[in-house]
Amino acid sequence: MLNRLLSHDLPRNRWLALLLVAIVLGLALTPFLFPGTKALNVAAKIIVFIVLVASFDLLLGYTGIVSFAHTMFFGIGAYGVAIACTRIGATWGSVALGIAAALAISLGLSLLIGLFSLRVKAIFFAMITLAVASAFLGLASQLSDFTGGEDGLTFKVPEALQPGTSYLDAPLLGASIDGRFVSYYLLFAVALLLVLALLRIVNSPFGRVLQAIRENDFRAEAIGYRTIVYRTLASVLSALFATLAGCLLALWLRYNGPDTTLSFEIMLDVLLIVVIGGMGTVYGAVVGSALFVLAQSYLQDLMKLGAGVVDGVPVLAQLISPDRWLLWLGILFVLSVYHFPSGVVGRLRAMRKPGP
Amino acid sequence: MSGAAIPKANFDFLPLALVALLALGAMPLIGSSSTWITLTVAGLAMGMIIFIIASGLTLVFGLMDVLNFGHGVFIALGAYLATSVFALMSDWTGSVDLWRNLVAVFATMAVAMALAAAVGWAFERVLVRPVYGQHLKQILITMGGMIIGEELIKVVWGATPIAIEMPEALRGVITFGDSAVEKYRVFATLVGGVVLAVMLFTLNRTKLGLLIRAGVQDREMVESLGYRIRRLFVGVFVAGSALAGLGGALWGVYQHGVLPQIGAHVNVLIFIVIIIGGLGSTTGCLVGALLVGLMANYTGFLAPKVAMFSNIGLMVAVLLWRPQGLYPVANR
Amino acid sequence: MSPSPVMNLLALDGVHTHIGAYHILHGVDLVVPAGQVTMLLGRNGAGKTTTLRTIMGLWPASKGSVRFEGHAVGGQNGQRTTPEIAQLGIAYVPENMGIFSDLTVRENLLLAARKARTVDQMDTTRLEWLFGLFPALKKFWLYPAGKLSGGQKQMLAIARAMVEEQRLLLIDEPSKGLAPAIVQNLIGALRELKRTQTTVLLVEQNFAMAKALGDRVAVMDDGRVVHAGAMAELAEDEALQHKFLGLSLGAHQ
Repeated sequence: MLNRLLSHDLPRNRWLALLLVAIVLGLALTPFLFPGTKALNVAAKIIVFIVLVASFDLLLGYTGIVSFAHTMFFGIGAYGVAIACTRIGATWGSVALGIAAALAISLGLSLLIGLFSLRVKAIFFAMITLAVASAFLGLASQLSDFTGGEDGLTFKVPEALQPGTSYLDAPLLGASIDGRFVSYYLLFAVALLLVLALLRIVNSPFGRVLQAIRENDFRAEAIGYRTIVYRTLASVLSALFATLAGCLLALWLRYNGPDTTLSFEIMLDVLLIVVIGGMGTVYGAVVGSALFVLAQSYLQDLMKLGAGVVDGVPVLAQLISPDRWLLWLGILFVLSVYHFPSGVVGRLRAMRKPGP
Repeated sequence: MSGAAIPKANFDFLPLALVALLALGAMPLIGSSSTWITLTVAGLAMGMIIFIIASGLTLVFGLMDVLNFGHGVFIALGAYLATSVFALMSDWTGSVDLWRNLVAVFATMAVAMALAAAVGWAFERVLVRPVYGQHLKQILITMGGMIIGEELIKVVWGATPIAIEMPEALRGVITFGDSAVEKYRVFATLVGGVVLAVMLFTLNRTKLGLLIRAGVQDREMVESLGYRIRRLFVGVFVAGSALAGLGGALWGVYQHGVLPQIGAHVNVLIFIVIIIGGLGSTTGCLVGALLVGLMANYTGFLAPKVAMFSNIGLMVAVLLWRPQGLYPVANR
Repeated sequence: MSPSPVMNLLALDGVHTHIGAYHILHGVDLVVPAGQVTMLLGRNGAGKTTTLRTIMGLWPASKGSVRFEGHAVGGQNGQRTTPEIAQLGIAYVPENMGIFSDLTVRENLLLAARKARTVDQMDTTRLEWLFGLFPALKKFWLYPAGKLSGGQKQMLAIARAMVEEQRLLLIDEPSKGLAPAIVQNLIGALRELKRTQTTVLLVEQNFAMAKALGDRVAVMDDGRVVHAGAMAELAEDEALQHKFLGLSLGAHQ
């Protein structure tokens, strides 16, 4: 049964399976195991990133398309919910409307981009998506009447999800059962479904054709697969999943701005996670996101401590300052591209069992 | 051999005509000819600076098929070095003597080029060389290089924007009748012109240039003729980085200041330019840069909100006409 | 192989070449004696082009050895890079001619003249000789090579290989796609080259051309050399021709 649930894409390695179980259980039980707002926020971020990164991997790892416009769809999803709740009101109806509108826009845009990608060479395409993503970021900041500009939009969510809404007066097993609690499990449940859906997609005949196209699109076309259809579909699917991730994030944060979803930093984070986790494996997104967000959230505290120690030493203080987190990220990124080309998941799966 | 007509060595003037077209087309929209002149000179100056920066990148790609997504780091370095050199030579830049100002500016350009070249050499050695031939890894690694570079710049110069004061004698405008043209922009255009001239001379009149042009078309054949093209590549990469540093310094002064994201910002513009021009083509790069510079200035005046999109629109329009860019390089 | 006192300029010994997962050459043994034209014949896909590319170092030999003038240049004993191999005096005219279309005829030739930095430094006597062999070169001196006809491009490609004295010329199917009249011109030009006693390894499908030019011949099939000997011998023996080249008895190409 587990086999069917995971679409026959098993971890295939004891350590990987353990890691995955730990992550899933950890996320499932966070309100109980790790009380406190920070922990909950970190866990929610991990969940959203898992979906976002997995959707990006569908494009990059499975189909072999490099696109820097991915965060655009993430942003569209988040803004969809944000704008709907701000303009129309904090009801489930408006949330649904926001999500639907965001999905529709993403569908249209991704179709356009997907079809355009086939007219130009891959390298051109990568550069063009970079330009488009910048432009979109600029647009979001410019249309301040609509999007709240640089400041973004803060909004209320439906009552059931509001932090103020309390379901039980006393905490149950250490967790306070309120709107946040419900929001969290909403995120968890939806994300779980989306990840399982992705597993189903990549392990289906469709997914196999995508991989064939990634390896050698010429040959795939020669065998008879209309690569244009498959690639466009992959672009669209990947965009839709990213949009949903954005919607989830907006519901959780009750805020969205250009830097929350559209920034280049997020695109780079996604790239980094895909590379570290392992391209072409959905589990890579799971493991990578968890490791990355945990490191990002807690390592910075470590860095702050470190900075305190070397305070005063000119260059060293600057290098360890938590503001320079991105520097170490960059170095780790470069190192992983060289030494972990198949990511953590690939490394684990490649480990052979000792035997005769 | 049959009596066929001797083929003419004709140069494709169409894309160049586009530049003229754009400039002339904008005239009725802008209305006053004096404003048009100001904007056009501004656009050409900007275009020249962008050309200086982008030319290295397009040659690097054309010659060795290497995608350097981190070209922005050299731009940023050049721009930041400009702030330091200006600060060091503030009495020279503050002086009203033009020659003192020029010395300060040339010193800045020299420092920017030298350091950018050094960093470029290290970049190629450490980051790029191990991933020849692997496009995806190149994109990732060079991006990583840019992130690291940007952060290191913040370590040295701080993360807040730094303003740059235009040297005294280069401030202000030259007036022709009704129109005013900024002195600095004329200067930048002249520098750009010199770089262009040197580049064209090297490419077309020296054996080195010949090697580069041939290498862009068919690397393997150049190697089969006995030339070590790897060495040539490092040279071109370093030269490209130096040019980016020079351009970055000029750009920083043009914008009256620098921020850490300056590299990333200009990077996007550069990509648009080399895509429009055709990867590997210097002429294409020039035309693309001029088009982008003019477009940015015209739309900045006419419709500021769509300025960024105008360049993307331009790119899409060009690609729909010629999917490989204005001057596609043969044999690719 | 005849025990001739002539030195073997080039010797391939048990050369295997892999391209990715494909095993193309399965142990090629080939000798190219100095001062003679050796023809390399065989069907499409027999591995002739691969052999030339392996010699040039464009595709490294995975096993065996390639020796030039007795020194190892490829294979297990040491693989030199393509520029190094070219600098030893080996010129390569690939199947696609390798003409730089955007460069003029003049520039194409200048590039090939490694010793010259400018056109003035090129060997004028040699240039005049080339103009004599290939008049089109003089006529279209300043025009982009891309504008030349197929036959003219081939002439340019070969002229490039001859613009400086070379120890060994590797030429891959020069007559491919050319009209019979042009092929005759080509044969004439190559005959002139022969007179200079330059060593040539010539891949061809055109048997008449092979007969006209070749001193020695090696026939390849399935990545191996299946026959080697004097051209004259093969030219006389129709049964042998049929066996190795699939040429029907009594016919000629």
